[in-house]
Formats: sequence, C-alpha cells, structure tokens
Amino acid sequence: MSAETAILASLLLPLIGALGIALAGQAPNLREGITLATSALLFVCVAQLLAPVLAGMRPELLLFELLPGLPMAFRVEPLGMIFALIASGLWIVNSVYSIGYMRGNREKNQTRFYVCFALAIGSALAIAFAANLLTLFLFYEVLTLITYPLVTHAGTDKARAGGRTYLAILMGTSVVFLLPAVIYVWHLAGTTEFRAGGILPTAMDKGRSRSCWRCSCSVRRRPALMPFHRWLPAAMVAPTPVSALLHAVAVVKAGVFTVVKVAVYVFGLDQLSGATDWLIAMSGFTIVAASVVALYADNLKRRLAYSTVSQLSYVVLGVAILAPLSVAGAALHIVAHAFSKITLFFAAGAIYTAAHKTEVSQLNGIGRRMPWTMAAFSVGALSLIGIPPFAGGFSKIYILSGAMAQAQWFALGVILISTLLNAAYFLPIIHAAFFKPLRADDLAHPHGEAPLPMVLALMTSAGGTVALFFFSAPLLQLVRQLVPNAW
Amino acid sequence: MSLALHLPALQVVLPLISAPLAVLLRHGGLAFATVTAAAWTAFACAIGLWLQIGQAEGGVISYAIGNWPPPWGIEYRVDRLASFVLLLVSGMAALVLPWSRASIEREIPRDLHYLYYAMFGLCLTGLLGITITGDAFNIFVFLEISSLSSYVLIALGRDRRALTAAYQYLIMGSIGATFIVIGIGFLYLMTGTLNLADMALRIREVENTRPVLVALAFLTVGISLKLALFPLHQWLPSAYTYAPSAVTAFLAATATKVSVYVLIRFYFTVFGESLVFDKLPLPQIMLWLSLIAMFGASAIAIFQDNLKRLFAYSSVGQVGYITLGLSFDSVNGLTASIVHLFNHGIAKGAIFLLIGGLVIGMAKAGAVPPAPTFDRLAGLAKRMPLTSFGIVIGGLSLIGVPGTVGFVSKWYLIVAALEKDQFWLVGAILLSSLLAVAYVWRFVEVAYFRAPPVGQEARCEAPLALLLPAWLLVIATIWFGLDTSLTVGSALDAAQQMVKSGR
Amino acid sequence: MLEHFSHIVTVFLLVAGLFIIVARGNLIKKLVGLSILQTSVYLLYIAPGKLLGGTAPILAPQFSIYSNPLPHVLILTAIVVGVATLALGLALAVRIREAYGSIEEDEILALDRAEDPA
Repeated sequence: MSAETAILASLLLPLIGALGIALAGQAPNLREGITLATSALLFVCVAQLLAPVLAGMRPELLLFELLPGLPMAFRVEPLGMIFALIASGLWIVNSVYSIGYMRGNREKNQTRFYVCFALAIGSALAIAFAANLLTLFLFYEVLTLITYPLVTHAGTDKARAGGRTYLAILMGTSVVFLLPAVIYVWHLAGTTEFRAGGILPTAMDKGRSRSCWRCSCSVRRRPALMPFHRWLPAAMVAPTPVSALLHAVAVVKAGVFTVVKVAVYVFGLDQLSGATDWLIAMSGFTIVAASVVALYADNLKRRLAYSTVSQLSYVVLGVAILAPLSVAGAALHIVAHAFSKITLFFAAGAIYTAAHKTEVSQLNGIGRRMPWTMAAFSVGALSLIGIPPFAGGFSKIYILSGAMAQAQWFALGVILISTLLNAAYFLPIIHAAFFKPLRADDLAHPHGEAPLPMVLALMTSAGGTVALFFFSAPLLQLVRQLVPNAW
Repeated sequence: MSLALHLPALQVVLPLISAPLAVLLRHGGLAFATVTAAAWTAFACAIGLWLQIGQAEGGVISYAIGNWPPPWGIEYRVDRLASFVLLLVSGMAALVLPWSRASIEREIPRDLHYLYYAMFGLCLTGLLGITITGDAFNIFVFLEISSLSSYVLIALGRDRRALTAAYQYLIMGSIGATFIVIGIGFLYLMTGTLNLADMALRIREVENTRPVLVALAFLTVGISLKLALFPLHQWLPSAYTYAPSAVTAFLAATATKVSVYVLIRFYFTVFGESLVFDKLPLPQIMLWLSLIAMFGASAIAIFQDNLKRLFAYSSVGQVGYITLGLSFDSVNGLTASIVHLFNHGIAKGAIFLLIGGLVIGMAKAGAVPPAPTFDRLAGLAKRMPLTSFGIVIGGLSLIGVPGTVGFVSKWYLIVAALEKDQFWLVGAILLSSLLAVAYVWRFVEVAYFRAPPVGQEARCEAPLALLLPAWLLVIATIWFGLDTSLTVGSALDAAQQMVKSGR
Repeated sequence: MLEHFSHIVTVFLLVAGLFIIVARGNLIKKLVGLSILQTSVYLLYIAPGKLLGGTAPILAPQFSIYSNPLPHVLILTAIVVGVATLALGLALAVRIREAYGSIEEDEILALDRAEDPA
C-alpha cells in the first residue's frame, strides 16, 4: 500500500465503518463486529505510515481546492503521526470497552453512538493529518458537531444543558477566535499551509505578529484553558466511553495538538520569543487552579475532568516555555496523558457499571472487590503524578528541564506545586479503595468485577502506560523529528 | 441561423410562452408538463449561456431583440454575473416545479392548479428577464411581471392571512417598483437613453447633477424594498409564512436575490463606484442597515414560534450579509455578496422545501397541512429523520459551519473586512453567526430531544417526490461548500468584471 | 415657479399618493393612493417629452418639430402595469372581504390577533 492510499484509507475507513454500523443497526453483534474490525483495520492503515515518516518522508494527499489557493490537503508529519497513532490505537481498546459499557448499562440508541464515534475518530485523524489551517479548522468543527450527539446521549435535561454549554463554548470560541485567526494568517501570509519554521513572514513587525498569535491562541481553547474550561466538565454528562476516548484523548488532544502545531509550523518557535509570557501565566494558573478544584470534587468523573484541564495546560505550558526540550516534553505529554487518562476514565466507568457508584467518597474498600480495575486506576494515577516507571514520568521531566534551560522559574514552581496537588487528589482515592474498610451499606450489595471486555480494555491501556516508559524509542524518534535540536 | 446564438432570447421567451399555454390547457397535469418543460429548457439555456460566456470576447454576450441594434433597440446582455444569477434562478425553478406537483395537491384546490403553474411560469419569466435584460425600462416591466405573479402565488396559500400578506406585499412592492421607475425616469431624462451600457457612458458627463443623485436615492430605496433590506422588510415574513410551501421556497431562493442583482447592476454598471461610494454616504448607511439586519432580524428569528416565520426572519438577516459585502466596495466584498446570494439561495431553498415536505408529512391524508409551530415539531427526528437532518444541515450552512456553503461566503466577507482593517466588523460578523446558532439550535433541541406528542410516534416521512429535490439542494449546500470552483470562480470573475467596469 | 409647474404637480401627486397609502386603513383607499402615486410617474415621464409647438412624430413636410414618442410608449406600458396592479389589488380586497368580512386594516389585524395571539 502506498503512503498516499494509506492516508486516504485511514480517512475513509471510519466513514465506511460508520455506514456499515448504521446499516447493521438491527443486529448488535454484527454492528459491534464492524466497529472492532474497522478500528483494527484503521490502526493497521495508520501504522503503515509510521515507517515512511520515521524515514523522514512526509507523505501528502491533495484532495481538491476548497477555496482558490486553499486546498483540502493532508500531510503526515511526526506530530500528526503521534496523534493519529494514539487516536486510532486507543479506539480499538475503547471499542472493546464500549461494548462492555453500553451493554452492561443497557444504554439506548447504541447504533447512533457507534456511528458518531466512528465519525469522530475519522475527523480526529483528519485533524491529525491536516496539511493546512483551513483543513484543520474544517474538521475541528466537524468534530465538535459530531461529538454533540454523544455528549447529549442520555437525552435528559441535564445532558441537554451540558450539550448546550459544550456547543456554545466550543463553537463560540472557534468561530469567534479561531476562524478570524485562520483568515488573518491567510491574509498576512497568503497561505495557511503548515511548514517547518513557520509561514508568517519573518519581516512582519513584532506587534502584529504578537496580536495575531494572541488571537489565534486564545483560540485554541479546546485545551480548555481557564476561563474557557467549562465545557469539559459539562461534557462529562456523556457516557463514560465518550468521556474516555473523546474528552480525554481525541477532542481535547485535537486542541493541544493544534496549539503545538500552530506554534511550530505557523509561527515558528523563533518568532514567538517574548510573546508567550501571558500564556505561561495563564496555563500556570490553570494548572494550579484546576488541580485545586479537582481536589474538592467528589464526583469521580468531575475530578478526572478537572485533572484533564490541569494536565492539558502542561502541554500548553511546555509549548509556551519555547525551549525545544519542553516542546518535545509537551508532545510526549500528549501521549502519556492519553494513555493514563483513558485508563482512569475506564476505571471510573467500570466502577459505575459494576457498583453504580459515582462519588469518590463511596469508594471505600472497593479495591478488594474490583482489584484489577483499581490496580489499573493506580497505574494511571501514578503516571499522571509523574512517578516512574510510568509514561507520565518522563514527559514531565522533559518539560521541567526545558523550563530550567530557559530559566522559567515560575513554570518550574507551578509544575512542582501541581505535582503535589496531583498526588493530593489521586492518592486518597487509591488509599481508600485498598485500605479503608467497606461501608456497612456496601456489604448489603455485593458486586464483583466489571464485565470482561471492560476489564480487558482497562488492563490494556494500563499496560500501555507502563510499556510507553520502557519502549519509547519510536516515539522519541518521532519527537526528535518534530523538534530537531531538542537534544 | 444557429439555435445557440438565440439562447438569450429563448431563455426568457420559453417560460413566457409556457404561461398562457398553461392557461389555455386548463388542466393541471398538462400545465405542469408545459411549464416544467419550459423551466428545464430555461435551465439548459442558462447552462449554455454560462458555457458561452467563458469563450465570449470580454465575457459579454449582447443580443439585439428583433435585430434592432442597441442603444435604440432592446438589448439582452449577459455577462458573468448575469449568467451566474440565471443559473441560480432557472435551476431553482427546475427543481421546485417538480417538487410542487406533489405539494400543491394538498395546498391548493385542484381546479386552480393550472393557474398556479401559469403564474409560476410568469414569475420565472420576470425573474429571468430582469437578470438578462440590458434595458432599464425593461427591468421595470419584468420586475412587475414577476411581482404581480408572485402576489398571486402568495395569495394562493390556504390560510386567510395569505391574502393580507399578499395585499401588504402588493402595496409595498408597488411602491418599490414605482420608486424604481421614478429613478429610471430621472436617469432617462438626464442621459436620454435607456440602455444600461449606454447610460453608463453618458452618465459621466452629468454625474454631478442633482437629478442623478435623486435617481440614485430613489433606486436605492425602491430596490431595497424589493430585497427586504432591514427597515423595509415588513412584507417578507408574513408573505413567506403563509404562501404555499413551493412558492416560499422559490421566492426565498430567487426573488430577493434577483433584487440584489439589480442593485449591483445599477451601482456598479450604471452609476459606477465613484458616484455611489464617494459622493453619498451610501456605504455607511448600507453598512449600518446591514448590521442591524444581521443582528436585529436574527434576534427576532430566535423568538418565533412558527418555523417558516423563523426562517423568513433569518432570510432578512442573511440579506444583511449580502448588502454588507456590497458596502465594502471591493472585489472581495462583492465576491462575498455574489457567492452568498447563490449560497443562501440554495440553503434557504432546501430548508423551505424540507419544511414544506414536513407539514405535508404531518397532515393526515386529505387534510390541509398545519402550520409548523414548535409544539407540533416535538420529536420530529424520530418521525422524519431525513427531513429533520436536512433542515439541520441547511441550518448549519446559515450559521456558516465549514464544509457548508455558508462558510465560503463568510470567509470572503471576513477577508473583505480585514482588507479594510475593520477588525470590529470581523467580530460583528462572527457574533451575528452565533445568533444563527441560537435559532437553529432551537429547532435541533425540539426535534431531537423532545418526545413526540402522544399518539404520533409513528414514522411519517414526507413522500419521496418531496424529499428528493429537497435533498438534492441539501447535498448541493455541502458540495458547493467543499468544491467552490464553480461558485467562487464565477463570483470572483463577475466581481472583477463589475468592479473594473465601475472604475 | 410656473416653469416648474409640471414638476410641482408631480411631486404633489407623489406625496399625496404616499400619504394616502400610509394614513388610510381602508384597503380600497390604499389602492386609490397607489394609483395616484403611479400617476405621478406618468407625468414625470410625459411632461419633459412634450415640446411646445411640437407634433406627433409623423413625417410630413409641413412639420419640423416633433415630440419624443418614447416616453409615451414607456408610459403606455406603465399604465398597463398600473391597471393590472390595481385589478389584482381589488381582487385581493374582494377575497379579503370574503374571508374576514371587512376591508378595514385595523379590524383585520384584530381578527388575526384573536386567532393567533403570538
């Protein structure tokens, strides 16, 4: 398979899969079969691209002209490759998990769920491979719209209100900030293509470039920087597999991915020096503030959501520090966080399915009943705190060393404080689950582990978290291509 | 004597002949066949002209009616803009006519069907004639042909309020037409010619005289009445709400668009930019009225209970985007206007066709279709999945979501605003699209989240004959949102031609 | 003043017509106003086309001054349009009277409101 066909295939497969799922709506086994088959095939397609990218090639695919001079085009580069690999790889795990979850909870409209899910993955891949800002923006919007039915899946008033917030913030910010930024970039540079070293003319006066950066950055609110973070907790009304894959991986990652991509390929790191202080301050504030909110959240998913808000700001912070090393750390953190957070969400969903518990305070002693789930949860939590030998450990070290290299003491402080806060909101859960005794009313309601597919899925992702630490060579190679002078 | 040479005449004459034929036949089916055949041939003519324009010298085809050479005889003059609008109008007619066969079955008494088709043919004639003619007085005549027939078409609605809506439109429309003819009269008095191209040359000598400015003012007000620019829009919501569905769809997609075309024609071809944009504060007035339309009308739309009325107000708002593009006085601004004229035409046409199918699908067999108020639309997605999904896509296009036609227009509007360094306008354009999100999402929440009324849970999708043309348009809104070579290409060419001729 | 006589009449007719349309609630009276408005246009076109001492454009040796025939032709068309508009307006008024039992605008609006408070 040539690289070009591989790109086309990985963009079309989710679409075809969605069609198949819709047609097989009446036969659940067939439908889920199609989902699994599509996700496996998709991963194979995406993996095909890895070798050429590692070899330094940048396979391209030009579809057609969207507007004169603005084609709909795709190009695979290291960062997109990382993102695509995570999204498609975790989709397989997530599909297995969703089957357990959706059946275990007897959810309605399962066909719609799987169809939208496949489409959302498709647009996430399109974002990953987008060769210019316009293509990226287009699929960004598509992703928002497709995830809307997933967020409001339950159809209750609460889900509707959540969906409204979700849509209003995401649509609002992307239309009001991102779109003008895209057009302005086009207006200034005459192109929106992503190119190494940036496309904005170097001669451009500083003030202009700064205002432009500010605009296009305030943009990328999808990473849920405060004060634009509200959609993420709102989106937690969605079923857990949605929260897990989309709101821990695909959607938010699409946001931070865009930040990194725009910083590296549109502005160029050299252009930005001095223009990012406010971004450091903002993301630093978000990291700490969101961690504090997470500390007080009793609802497990809510706590995880705020933890996501804070973790994503690490990525933004890593970019804003502007040291090559910290940008590399940011890219790595995207991966590390994806694996860790999906494990945590899987665990939360498993607890809900098996024990119907949603609050942190109800989790006393649950580790004895659901040892596998809670073990995986601990792996994810420790990884996010940044303890080796888990994936989160080394990404944090890179960001830290970048901050030291640039003498960004504020950033350094923020990371250290937040590490303590991370520990403060994760460790009590683990402690309660394994060491506190079961409460009296829990004894009356015995339950075991979650359904097998769910346990399998969460063990896989936890395993991935560990594996990433030990077998990180290809990943580091990709990152090295992204930021050549990182080390 | 090749047929291809006479396409400009055939374009108008065929629908014109079909109308009296339909009356003479006095039979619904035969009248339908005649007028539809005429509309399809007109569409074919428009395509032919569009192809010819590509090769024509200077991008203009001039056709002397009756072989009387212009400026004495009446000239039909097709340039890039005209051929683009001809495509839109005849294409919409070719699509709406087959659709209306199934819909008027339920909305208009059977013995009146042949008259409906005759009026439709006349209305089409008028709209095509306005677009193609190169003679100022001819514009007025065709304008009245299309207006009078559209008053009748609106009055055919089942609700008695259709009558008052038509009457109101008649009064407002006639005032507008009278103003236009006064404007043309002044121009004729000052230049001694009625041929637009000739007039454009001669007006240079008298451009500082007061009658020319008066003519400009009368024409602006008159045409603005016809295109429903904000404070002059009162006729539109009622007319669109109570007219038969097919009529609403056709008029919404074409009538106001052709009026915009007339405005562009007079501003850029006849008066020329220097006169319109420098001598009078017209751009500023236009800008503010457009902004008020974009925000005011969209805000009113949010609170409408009747879906048809909601989208009618949205039309008023969308016209604001078109006139906003005009007020920039630049190639990109004009491109935005022309593209939006086309894009909004197909998106709104699709929405109104779907709403038409919706009310017919909801009515019991033989009964008069009810008004599409929100309480009746609850749970619509369950009962008519295709219809509701189509309306959502059309709505997304009104918002300007990328991948739909609305995005393309908005892109050019914003580029035009950035060119002028009007950053606040960029903000205004984008904020106003958020209002569109609000009214479209009202529909989404009612259709997708509310449970259907008890006893009406069964699927009742509109008949295929109604769904098919509507979905063709829905697909067109996505197609032209992704592949813009036809629309943007034509609009850009047209805008360049216009701006060049205006300087 | 006198040389602008025809223009003064034109303007008067125009304003009077508009005033009647706006100020009268009776549907028939509105149509009368519309007709007056249109009449002003007829005058606007025809008056300048008249040359003192000019005659109809029929070629004959004894005449050398002719009035421009074009405005007359145009206005003939405009008159036809005006008649058609009036006829349609009256037809609508008849239908409205059948449907509502009134041709007064305020009464019709009241009836509409009673039917649909929104």
